[in-house]
Amino acid sequence: MRPSFVGAALALAVALGAPAVADTRLTGSGASFPAPLYAAWFKDFSARSDGVTVDYQSKGSGAGIQDYLNRVVDFAASDAAMTDADIARAGGNAVLLPMTAGEIVVIYNLPGVAALKLPRAVYPEIFLGTITRWNDARIAAANPGVALPDTPITVVVRSDSSGTTFNLTSHLAAVDPAFAAGPGAGTSVPWPASDRLVKAPKNDGVTATVMQTPGAVGYTEYGYAKLTGTPMAELENRAGVFVAAGGKGGAVALAAARFDAEMRAFVTDPDDTEAYPIATFTWMIFPKSVADPEKAAAMRQLVAYALDEGQAMAESLGYIPLPAAVIERVRGAAAKIGAGS
Amino acid sequence: MKRVEPAEAGSRPVFRPPSAGEVVADRIFHAGAHAAGVVVVGLLFGIVAKIGLGAWPAVRQLGLGFLGSAVWDPGRGEFGVLAEIWGTLYSSCLALAIASVLGVAVAIFLTQGFLDDRLAAVFRTAIEMLAAIPSVVFGLWGITVVIPALRPVAAALHAHLGWLPPFATAFSGPSLAPGVVVLAIMVLPTVAAISQDALRRVPDRTREAAFGLGATRSEAITRVMLPAAASGILASLVLGFGRALGETMALAMLIGNSGRISWSVFAPANTLASLLASQFPEASGTETAALMYAATVLLAISLGVNVVGTLVMACNRKAG
Amino acid sequence: MATPSPAPEAPDLRRSLADRRALSDSVLTPLLWALALLAAVPLVSVLHMLVVRGGPRLGLALLTELPPAGLEPGGGFGNAIVGTLVMVAIACLLSVPVGILGGAFLGFVAPESRLAAVTRFIGKVLTGFPSILAGVFVHAALVLSMGSYSALAGGAALAVLMLPTVMLTAEQAIRMVPERMTAAAIGMGCTDAQAAMRVVLPAALPGILTGVLLAVAGAAGNSAPLLFTALFSSYWLSSLSEPTASLAILIYNFSGMPFPNQIELAWAASLALVLIVLAINVLSRLVSARRA
Repeated sequence: MRPSFVGAALALAVALGAPAVADTRLTGSGASFPAPLYAAWFKDFSARSDGVTVDYQSKGSGAGIQDYLNRVVDFAASDAAMTDADIARAGGNAVLLPMTAGEIVVIYNLPGVAALKLPRAVYPEIFLGTITRWNDARIAAANPGVALPDTPITVVVRSDSSGTTFNLTSHLAAVDPAFAAGPGAGTSVPWPASDRLVKAPKNDGVTATVMQTPGAVGYTEYGYAKLTGTPMAELENRAGVFVAAGGKGGAVALAAARFDAEMRAFVTDPDDTEAYPIATFTWMIFPKSVADPEKAAAMRQLVAYALDEGQAMAESLGYIPLPAAVIERVRGAAAKIGAGS
Repeated sequence: MKRVEPAEAGSRPVFRPPSAGEVVADRIFHAGAHAAGVVVVGLLFGIVAKIGLGAWPAVRQLGLGFLGSAVWDPGRGEFGVLAEIWGTLYSSCLALAIASVLGVAVAIFLTQGFLDDRLAAVFRTAIEMLAAIPSVVFGLWGITVVIPALRPVAAALHAHLGWLPPFATAFSGPSLAPGVVVLAIMVLPTVAAISQDALRRVPDRTREAAFGLGATRSEAITRVMLPAAASGILASLVLGFGRALGETMALAMLIGNSGRISWSVFAPANTLASLLASQFPEASGTETAALMYAATVLLAISLGVNVVGTLVMACNRKAG
Repeated sequence: MATPSPAPEAPDLRRSLADRRALSDSVLTPLLWALALLAAVPLVSVLHMLVVRGGPRLGLALLTELPPAGLEPGGGFGNAIVGTLVMVAIACLLSVPVGILGGAFLGFVAPESRLAAVTRFIGKVLTGFPSILAGVFVHAALVLSMGSYSALAGGAALAVLMLPTVMLTAEQAIRMVPERMTAAAIGMGCTDAQAAMRVVLPAALPGILTGVLLAVAGAAGNSAPLLFTALFSSYWLSSLSEPTASLAILIYNFSGMPFPNQIELAWAASLALVLIVLAINVLSRLVSARRA
C-alpha cells in the first residue's frame, strides 16, 4: 500500500477513535416484543429533539438486563420486568417503567375456516398435546356450523427463549394445573416431546411454519399477526366469553393490574367479561443515578415523549396504549431517573 | 567463502553475505513468525479460559451427568446436552459427506479441462459468492424454499422406505434434513475452493506424464491427480467439517431445536451451536453457566475430531 | 535364413465401451457434469431468491438513506454498508498480517517444530469455533472493559473468526511453492526473511488471497458475533468506539419484522452484501494478477 494511503487511513482511524462529543447518545437493548414500536418512537424522538440520538437493539429481555447490569447500555427493555435478585445485583439502581402493552394471539392454519373459537378448557390441552385432532368433540362444540377437518394438530412453538413464551406459558400455567405441572412457565419451557410439536425461531419463523403447514397452530404477538394478516383464534376468558384480540379486550384486562412497589404487574388470568386472556405490559429500565446529567435529562425527555406522543403510535403498530391512570403513575415514577438513589 | 570480485566497478556483487540490516530484518521476521504462532495458541487458551471460567459453576453443579441427559429445562434447573451432541455429530457428518462429494467433484470439474477456462472462472467465482451469503439468509432460504421443496420428497420416502431408520418419522417442517442440506451448501465453497487450489498446484508435468503412459482421463484424475492433491483436499475437508460444527444461525432457524435423539433425518433435532444461539440471549445465572459448559463440550468435540483427523493423515502419509 | 517374425498385431485404436477402462472413463464425464449441476442448483436458487426479492430495491437511496422505522416508507442502509466495510477492514488489519505470518511460520520458517505442530492443530480446532462464542469472548474481553459496544470490538470478533482460515490456507499455499524456488533463493544467499518476502509469499499469493477472501466472505455475513460486540445503530458512523450498524445485523433485525418495507430492505441488504464481497473478490484478483 502506498504511504499516502496508509497515512490517510491512520488519520481517519485516529479521528474516529475518539468518542463523538457533540450529541447526547443513548443506547438501549432488550426485548424484541416492543422493538417495532420503540424503533418508531426513538427515530421520531431523535428527529424532534436537539442533539439527542437514541438507539435500540432487540436481543432478548435477558440479554438486555445483562447489558444493563454490566453497564454497557444506558437503558434496557424487558417483557418480564426485573426480578428482585437482578435489582439487587444492580445495587437498587433501577427504575422500572411500563411503557406499552400487547397481546399474545393463537394463530392457526385451517383452509376454509374463517373464524375459530377455542374454549378455555381446550387451548391449553392443545399446547399440552392431549387434544390431537381438529375435529375433536370439544373444539367442534365451541364452533357450531364450522366444518373442522379430520387432520392432526401440529403445534408450532418458539425454538428460541423469549418473553412471548414467558407470557403465554404464565397464562397457560395459571389456567391449567396440568400445564403448570408439566412444561410450567418460563422463557423456554420443556414442551412435551411429540412428532406433532415443531419449533421455529422468532415470530416470523413461527408464523411462516404455521402458514406452510395445514392444520398447524402456534402463538405470536398480536402486532405481528395483524400486520401480516395471519388468522387468529378467539379465546374464552375466565368469565366464559370468547374475545378476539385487537379490540379493547387487552386494555380491559390490564386495567385491573395491580402494580407493586417496583411498578411490576403480571395479569395472567383476567376475570373481566370483556378481557382478552393473554395481555402483558412491557417495561423499560432506567438508572436512578447517572454520571452524565445531560443523559439523565435526555432519558426523562424520552419517557415524557413516550407517554404523550408515543402512545398515539401504539395502536397502529398493534400495541395497547397505556390506560390513563397507568400513564400518570409512570410519569410520577419517571421523576426518579437521574435523581440519585 | 572467497568474495567474488565484481566484473565492472559500480555494479552490485551477485553473491554477498547479508548486511547487518538484513540480518536484523531476518531476526525480526523470525520473531514475528514465532509470535504469530504464539498468538494463535494464546487465543485458544484465552478462549478456553474465559469459557471455562464461565462454565465452572455448571460443571461443579451438574458434573458429567450433563453429557448423559437430554433435558433442557431452565425453569427447574435441569440441563443436559446429550441430544445436542448427537445432533451436532450426525448433522456435521451428513453435511460433510454431501459437501465433500459435491465439492471435490466441482473442483475436478473446474480444473481438469471439462469446461472452457472463462466459464470455469465464472463458475468458480459464483461458488465463492455462496460463501459470502449471510447465515441468516441461508436460514430464510431454508424456511421459504428448502422445507416446502423437501415436503413431497420426504412424504414419499417415509411412505415407501419408512422401515429404514433415516426415514422413520413423518416430516414436520424444521428438522434435521433441511438443516443438513443448507449446512452442506454452506460448507461447499470452502471444500471446493481449497480443493481447486490443491489440484491446480499439481504440476502439469505430472498430469501429462500420466497421459503419456496411456491413462484415460478418469484414470489420470483418480489415480494421479487426486492422490497428488490429497493433502490439500483433506485439509479442505477438515476446514469444512470445522465450519459445519460451528454453524450457528442458519441451523438455529432450520433444525427444529428439539431435545430428541433419533436416526430419522425428518425428525427435529438440535446442535450445540444452535442451542447456544437460541438460548443465550435470554439466559442468566445457572443457564448461562450451563451454556458455557455446552460450549466447552463443543470445543472438546472439535478437538477430538481434529485429533482423529491428524492421526488419519499421519497414517495416510506412512502408508502412501 | 531366419524366418521373419510374424508382424506385430496392429493396435486397435477404436475406443470400445466393452473395455472396462474406457467404460469407467465415459462414465466419469457425465457423472461430474451431474454433480457440478447439482451443486449449481442451490446456488442458482439462492441467487434467484436474492435477485428477485432484493433486486427491485437496489438504487442510490440504499447508500444515502438511514434505516426506516415501523410503517415508514422508503429508507436505505448507507450506515450499515459503511459499518460493515469498516469492521471488515479492522478485522483484516488484525487477522491478515498475523495469519500470513503464522502461515509462513507453519509452512516455511519452522514447519517441523513442536510449536508449529501445536499451532497447526489449534488452528484447525479454531476453524470450528461457533461464531456466537467469538462474540461472547470478545464481549467479555473488550466490551466490558471499554464499557460500551463498538466497531473495534465488532472488528475484533470478526478477526477471531477469520484468523484460523487465513492462517491455514496461507500455510497450504506456502507449502505448495516448489522447493526449488525456495532452495534457489537460499542458495543465492537470501536470508529467510528475504526469501519469504521476495520469493515464497509472492508465489503463494493467489492461494493466500483465496484464503483471505473465503475468510472475509464468511465473516462479513455473521450476525451472531456482532450482536454481542457492535450492537446496532440507526445513525451514521461517528466514532469507532460506539455501537455500529452492519448489514448482517440489519438483515437479522429486519427479516423478522412484519413490515413489507423492512423485509424488502433485508433482502436488498443480503444482495448488497453478496455484491460487496463479489467486488472485493474481483478487485483483489485483478490486483494480484497485475502483480504476477
